[in-house]
Amino acid sequence: MIPLNHFLVLSTILFSIGMYGVLSRRNAVLILMSVELMLQAVSINFVAFAAYLDPEKATGIIFAVFVIVVAAAEVGLALAMILRFYRNRQTANVDEADMMKW
Amino acid sequence: MTWEEVIFYFVAALTVIGALGVVLSRNVVHSALFLIVALIAVAGVFILLASEFLAVAQILVYGGAVTILILFAMMLTRVRDLPAQMIGRQAPIAAVAAGAFMVLSTIAVVTTEFPGESENINVIDVNSIGGKLFTTYAAPFEIASLVLIVALVGAIILARGEEGE
Repeated sequence: MIPLNHFLVLSTILFSIGMYGVLSRRNAVLILMSVELMLQAVSINFVAFAAYLDPEKATGIIFAVFVIVVAAAEVGLALAMILRFYRNRQTANVDEADMMKW
Repeated sequence: MTWEEVIFYFVAALTVIGALGVVLSRNVVHSALFLIVALIAVAGVFILLASEFLAVAQILVYGGAVTILILFAMMLTRVRDLPAQMIGRQAPIAAVAAGAFMVLSTIAVVTTEFPGESENINVIDVNSIGGKLFTTYAAPFEIASLVLIVALVGAIILARGEEGE
């Protein structure tokens, strides 16, 4: 049988990889993909806790469903914003996004 | 090693390889394809945790819709023309930060005793998930549909551009 720790360590590794991607990439689309990885790590955590600690209430599974819903909305909006930014600046590099800098 | 463990380590390795491919690949289209691998492997982890409903939803929403959207955005923004800009100067610091976070939280996970932890994975059937979604969590469910419609309208307005453009 697989202990709960194994799932939690897997999700930690996945979250750290996503974190590295968010911090190191300069392209907005690639940063968005790394954010998706981090959301997946959080979902694994929720589902593992639900399956091992709280099977009657199943709160973790419900949370993971809502994570998927919000992630879908977030991807749609973020890609629209990236398209708009690209149309203004002809680049998707986040270092160029300084229109709101004073 | 039981078959369950073999499958778990296989799926976990696939997830980590896919994730590493996303953040390290030099070609952005390869990154997107690695993302599909990682997301489907996470669906496999969900199946191992006995929640098939989430696994199917994951493959439908992520494997289908989200990756196609990301590939579309890549085509429209021509990100592949800029290979030199892919990784910033801050990459070594980012690696140190992410590595430190991984070590810290792994230590936290290994040393924590979770109260009420069961030996085996408990099966949560789809019936009870559906029942809870429409009784206990009915209000968040409705708000989620509101979030989706607002995101849809907002994305269309943002991507449409200025009047007379």
